[in-house]
Amino acid sequence: MIPELGHFALILALAIALIGAIVPLWGSARGDVALMGIARTTAQVHFGLIALAFACLAYSFYSNDFSVENVAANSNSLLPAPYRLAATWGSHEGSLLLWVLMLSGWMFAVSVLSRSLPLELVARVLSVMSMISIGFLTFLIFTSNPFRRLIPAPLQGNDLNPLLQDPGMVVHPPMLYMGYVGFSVAFAFAIAALLGKRLDATWARWARPWTTAAWCFLTVGICLGSAWAYYVLGWGGWWFWDPVENASLMPWLVGTALIHSLAVTEKRAGFKSWTVLLAIVAFSMSLLGTFLVRSGVLTSVHAFATDPTRGTFVLVFLAIVIGASLALYAWRAPGIARGPGFALVSREAALLGNNLVFAIAMGAVALGTLYPLILDGLGLSKISVGAPYFNTVFFPLVMPALVMIGFGPALRWRDGSFADIARQHLPYALLAAFAAGVWTFAVHGGMVMALALFFAFWIIATTALHVVVPFMRMQRRSFIGRIRAQQPSFYGMHLAHLGIAVFIIGVTLVKNTETELDTKLSFGQSVMVGNYSFHFDSVTPFEGPNYSGLRGRVDVSKNGTPIVTLLPEQHTFTRSGQTMTDAAISAGVFRQIYVSMGEPIGDSAWSLRIYIKPFVSWIWGGALMMAMGGGLALLDRRYRQRLKARVVAPAVMRRKGKGMPTPSLAKS
Amino acid sequence: MKLLRFAIPLGVFALLVVFLWRGLGRDPHEVPSPLLGKAAPAFALPALSKDDSVVSSDSMRGKVWLLNFWGSWCFACRDEHPTLMRLAAANEVPIVGIDWKDDPSAGKAWLANLGDPYLTTVKDASGVVAIDYGVYGAPETFLIDRQGVIRKKFIGAITDDEIRNELLPLVHQLNQ
Repeated sequence: MIPELGHFALILALAIALIGAIVPLWGSARGDVALMGIARTTAQVHFGLIALAFACLAYSFYSNDFSVENVAANSNSLLPAPYRLAATWGSHEGSLLLWVLMLSGWMFAVSVLSRSLPLELVARVLSVMSMISIGFLTFLIFTSNPFRRLIPAPLQGNDLNPLLQDPGMVVHPPMLYMGYVGFSVAFAFAIAALLGKRLDATWARWARPWTTAAWCFLTVGICLGSAWAYYVLGWGGWWFWDPVENASLMPWLVGTALIHSLAVTEKRAGFKSWTVLLAIVAFSMSLLGTFLVRSGVLTSVHAFATDPTRGTFVLVFLAIVIGASLALYAWRAPGIARGPGFALVSREAALLGNNLVFAIAMGAVALGTLYPLILDGLGLSKISVGAPYFNTVFFPLVMPALVMIGFGPALRWRDGSFADIARQHLPYALLAAFAAGVWTFAVHGGMVMALALFFAFWIIATTALHVVVPFMRMQRRSFIGRIRAQQPSFYGMHLAHLGIAVFIIGVTLVKNTETELDTKLSFGQSVMVGNYSFHFDSVTPFEGPNYSGLRGRVDVSKNGTPIVTLLPEQHTFTRSGQTMTDAAISAGVFRQIYVSMGEPIGDSAWSLRIYIKPFVSWIWGGALMMAMGGGLALLDRRYRQRLKARVVAPAVMRRKGKGMPTPSLAKS
Repeated sequence: MKLLRFAIPLGVFALLVVFLWRGLGRDPHEVPSPLLGKAAPAFALPALSKDDSVVSSDSMRGKVWLLNFWGSWCFACRDEHPTLMRLAAANEVPIVGIDWKDDPSAGKAWLANLGDPYLTTVKDASGVVAIDYGVYGAPETFLIDRQGVIRKKFIGAITDDEIRNELLPLVHQLNQ
């Protein structure tokens, strides 16, 4: 009964999305306030229905209803409840439903938080988002129905892929999808602006917080995915340039360019047509990512079931959505007025440089990811492009951006002075070079390490110059007063930039100074790795909820003082018979000690893999700082003021009497 | 001219769709090998084990066997490994591993940690043998018959389905 309810809710949601796509758009073309006003209601009902469908599927998983094919294929009754919930989006069908849920959630948010926007714009934005929803709902209902029944029902289900049975995997997909789908808001704003021929700075002002929010989620999502690869795949790497990873990195790179170019469009009314294009491309990359993951055109670790029908559907949808929006862009963009000019040394120029760097970096990743497909399509040959290409190409490409981070925020709009910038920043560049040199020398690193560390220190030093120095110089103000002299977005920007420095330090130090040892240890035996001594105590069997496990005990000490006892585990899953290694990690700020168990050798010895990874936590710490920086930027006074304005809006409307648009929630 | 400039993204995208469309109809795993039905290139390579003894392809003469190219750096090999372990446990066909362009210690650690499905493993650090076999990427697996002729090639991680439906029937047939 419950699955049928969910199925029915999905079908109703499709009907609502059809209304929400057509009626408000028609209303906006005819200037009909009543028709446009429908948009908010349909968006909210649409969200309610999809949330209901999602809850039904989650409940089917929770209650082990194996008469639902999707549940039987991806879950079983031994699976702990949090993983049964995660299994809801562990399959192709479920993850698509999550995609649509996120989309409808963003639509709901737009419908609620858009009080200060012209109704015409809201109608167009929600209509565009409804159209996207129509595509995905059709896909779900006709090719990937998550509620399909399996008669007769099996007594027990298959297991959820053991790789996905991990706390990180519970949170990673929702975060990633929030980011992916969040770019649909900026996309819809851009399309609405193109449709309404209102390509001034206003659409950028409205789209900006939404883009930043989506970017934050995407950053966290990618970060979680990388951390998961690090400790679950169990071989110590954190990024593998797998097509699916690249599929998430490409929208992130475009999104990063977009949030910077939106700043220029908003503040200086510049880069107008470029920003519109970026907004379209960012979301297109999200769709392309979905296609790459779901269609199986590229080989990847994310070996999801591939099905040509599904691939064809997504491709046709992709062609319609992206093709139509790029066609609209080609039609309308020539009419966009050029923005005001700027000098070669100016903040606009720096941000343009940033945009170029990120666009080119995205192009390089796209090329590497799609190259095998293109060569194959031309019938030339079949190749795979691996990590060496990306590692070689990526760092040099982003280097100019790393330089510009340092002085860009200090540049004036329109016309800056090169001499001023050079005089102001040169001491900091020297300081950074010195610090990088000393550190590299201390650990016997090479040129690349020195260069990377220089960029990190350059960013840290110039952040101090731009944040701490003015702060100290402020006169006659309390500490709080001094902090409040700047907007949250100022701190957000610098925090995100600092995050990049932290990230670089993590990547560089791990790459250059990690120690690794694969060894055979008998019980009671010890081994030295770096300054640490590892004493292999014992291995004891235990029973997990849906696996039988072996738990090793390794006492770690440094110079004779015990530091930590690590308990690496091996899980053999009852249902699938697959064995998974669960590494034990002692995470510190400056190093992680990582022990994983290999195979038993005889009765009393095991092969063990031991890593000492300096600064590896900084990789994800840096990424989280970037996301937090974005979050801070959303706390700006102007966004809060808009919230306040929204609260008083209904009262104002009532005073003005009839003839005003009456959106559905105005009464509350 | 100005109008055309704004149509460039559309053009690029249209081209991309064409390739994606063609990609759909193709299986990235399917590569025709000119070596099918030809004699397998001979090799003599040092063993991955400690003693560094040399293993030659001649030692497999008279057997139906699998030659599997892998590397500890290869993502898909990690996917494939449990399948190879199951195949080895079934004892149907001996597997010789070639640790391709790999750091020997990483290769050894791989086998120590994940289990060793191979009869023997040799190291092809320079990738010369892989070139002889026309290997595009790891993993690739060749089925070689008693006379030393390549009978089948599997590109990418071999799956249980492929083993059940394609590999084992052919192995049984060749062993008769």
